[in-house]
Amino acid sequence: MRPDVLRDYGIVFFLIALFIAMSLASDVFLTSSNLRNIIDGAVPLGMLACAGTLVIIAGGFDLSAGAIFGVAAVVGAKICNSTGPEVALVAGVLTGAGLGLVNGILCTVGRINAFVGTLGTSIGYGGLAVALSGSGIVLISNESFGNLSATNLLGIKSSTIIFLVTAAICAFVLNRTVLGRHIFGTGGNPLAARLSGVPVNKTLAITYVISGAFAALAGMIVASRTLSVTGNTGTTIIFDALAAILIGGNSVLGGEGAIWRTMVGVLILSIISNGFNLLGIDPLYQQCVNGAIILVAVGADAWARRTTT
Amino acid sequence: MADLAKTPHVELIDVSRNFGGVQAVRGVSLAIERGTIHGLVGENGAGKSTLSKVVAGAISPSSGQLRVDGEDVSFSSPRDALNHGIAIIDQELALVPARSVLDNVFLGSESGQGGLLQLSEQRKRFDAVMERTGFDLDPDRKVGSLRIADQQKVEIIRAVARDAAFIIMDEPTARLTQVESEQLYEIINGLKARGTTILYISHFLEEVLQLADNVTVMRDGLHIRTGPAANESSQTLVTAMLGRDLELRFPDRKLSDPDADPVLEVRGLSGVSGFEDVDLTLRPGEIVGMAGLIGAGRSEFARGLFGAERTTAGEILIDGEPVKIRSPRQAFAHGLAMVTESRKDDGLIMTRSIAENSMMPFLSEVSTMGVLRHGSEKARVIDMIEQLDIRTSGPQQVVRNLSGGNQQKVLFAKSLMRTPKVLIIDEPTRGVDVGAKQGIYELITELAASGMAILVISSELEEVMGLAHRILVMRRGRLVADMNIDVATEENILAAAFGTAGTVAA
Repeated sequence: MRPDVLRDYGIVFFLIALFIAMSLASDVFLTSSNLRNIIDGAVPLGMLACAGTLVIIAGGFDLSAGAIFGVAAVVGAKICNSTGPEVALVAGVLTGAGLGLVNGILCTVGRINAFVGTLGTSIGYGGLAVALSGSGIVLISNESFGNLSATNLLGIKSSTIIFLVTAAICAFVLNRTVLGRHIFGTGGNPLAARLSGVPVNKTLAITYVISGAFAALAGMIVASRTLSVTGNTGTTIIFDALAAILIGGNSVLGGEGAIWRTMVGVLILSIISNGFNLLGIDPLYQQCVNGAIILVAVGADAWARRTTT
Repeated sequence: MADLAKTPHVELIDVSRNFGGVQAVRGVSLAIERGTIHGLVGENGAGKSTLSKVVAGAISPSSGQLRVDGEDVSFSSPRDALNHGIAIIDQELALVPARSVLDNVFLGSESGQGGLLQLSEQRKRFDAVMERTGFDLDPDRKVGSLRIADQQKVEIIRAVARDAAFIIMDEPTARLTQVESEQLYEIINGLKARGTTILYISHFLEEVLQLADNVTVMRDGLHIRTGPAANESSQTLVTAMLGRDLELRFPDRKLSDPDADPVLEVRGLSGVSGFEDVDLTLRPGEIVGMAGLIGAGRSEFARGLFGAERTTAGEILIDGEPVKIRSPRQAFAHGLAMVTESRKDDGLIMTRSIAENSMMPFLSEVSTMGVLRHGSEKARVIDMIEQLDIRTSGPQQVVRNLSGGNQQKVLFAKSLMRTPKVLIIDEPTRGVDVGAKQGIYELITELAASGMAILVISSELEEVMGLAHRILVMRRGRLVADMNIDVATEENILAAAFGTAGTVAA
């Protein structure tokens, strides 16, 4: 039984150890303002990762969520300037969902491998974002757009709440809905799922749509923080999001996984980032540390599987 | 050298091989003479392929000794076997389709120095092999663009290029046309004339009799007999391949009403995947067995009927009404259900729970607006677990951790969660132990007694005969026999399946 527990919850122990180590190493770490900062800093990463988890469990892979994040930020900013923040929000999310649908169609009925397909759209959408922004910074003139992230609700920022609600929705979909069952089935054994009457293509496509929509929302939250956007917003965030999903112990093979795992991954990356900051370590090394953690986490998972099955 | 001619080329001494609790090969002793073509025949699951893989080093024997040229050997990999001149050409060709003929032939035995290929050297070797075999193949063609028969030649060239003196061929003609098969016979005879030993496994008995010098018959993992092919005929081989396992008792079948209106009628169903013009009528309470060799098109037909594979012609009537079934989802909606062939490949989602697997087709019945009602789902699943006597810690147990027999029951649970009118069962007891088998037979009989119409596809002849009221036989994608159980015998079923019906009747 012990190796099982270690396999399933090893990464949680790592998070706890990291948390304790940081509490000891820095006086500031365990203050409520710092903890709130950590969570709020994790909002865009966490939203991409939670929605991306659905795609990965369904057996897909969405490399383009970062680019969708950028397109939606630019679209949201432009529409906010021309009409208003509410319309901008809806238009941005719909844009994200639409681009996600394109991914979903390409990777199912289009029979394109998920890595290749979303790598392609990622490059294409990235170009679209830069083109829409006119290769420069788009400033948002209507300051009320900032309320999307900065509204204070019971001492917590609205962006943090949106993130936590996103995570809750994704967990609910996975565990409590027919769609969730179909997602696990499609990723776990597409042939068996299809023979059980699961519409596997539709299911997978829906996960891409969800991923696109939440990536768009995340992009607009980031835009609302600074009230300025460039087309390149979000080009690297997708790798951190995928890293968080995998560090948490979700299987890249699909069919297995949970939102809490992704949240653990998000927290680990965010605490490390915070730690570099608090301890005054050159942030240049952070990438190396993150990379090492992914390899250790995924490698340990592979070895644990090898010995238990 | 004089001595070599007398010692067998390859000799097996009391070789056994177990897979889990199943004895695939049991105490086989066999000598294969150098420079002969040695036929190996038996029913599906008789242990032929396992035995050949032991000789080829792909699996190691649980016990027993292998000898090559009179010397004890033990292979830990196919490479070891190759070093002793033994090569296997499997049912599934092991080629890299995107690479050239030349690359495939020398894959793993490239001419090179210090990691650099010596291409001109390789070409010379290739030409030499082509001369030895008398083949004519373009070394630069991509293997994927060749016909199956030519791909097979690439495998043969590869074996010859590695100086294989002993070549195992497992069902080489299964996917070839008549003309291509005859060309292959010539090639095989040519190899023999050059002193190569061939172990030839085939379902086609006439072919074995025509080619082989000696024939070995296996049944249930046992070596039944070996003798000169000249002393055998299709009939004697079929008789030797038969054999009854008396450990199992089949429950009494209730009579089905032959005049009841059919619940399912299939007329002239054809599909791209290898079945043509298949008719089927199923009445309530009737169990129809479908026999045939592996690859005869039975599973393909079942999947076509179930909407899981494209059909090109034919019509399906349920309760007399024509219906279109284009997806498994529609099949379930029309009251069909299917227990699929392989739990692992197309049956279960191994990483998920019993509850998730068994409710998968009918989630709409335990959900409101897409949100699951866990309570009612759990109750349904617990009911089914009790009804089918699935041994488990509960509905949340992950399927992967169940025994084969219990996994099979989960597969049944999925089909029975909403009582179907027609149940298609593809291999009801594959890979389950005797105790669980008995339970599954009783379940099938009870379901039929309750009025369900059942199609049982099985490669185990006794299973089909023990369960069914009526037996259909498929061969090469077509229905070749339809007989009532009281006139069906193992002989005439096998004769139809092997296509030797004419000779048996005469």
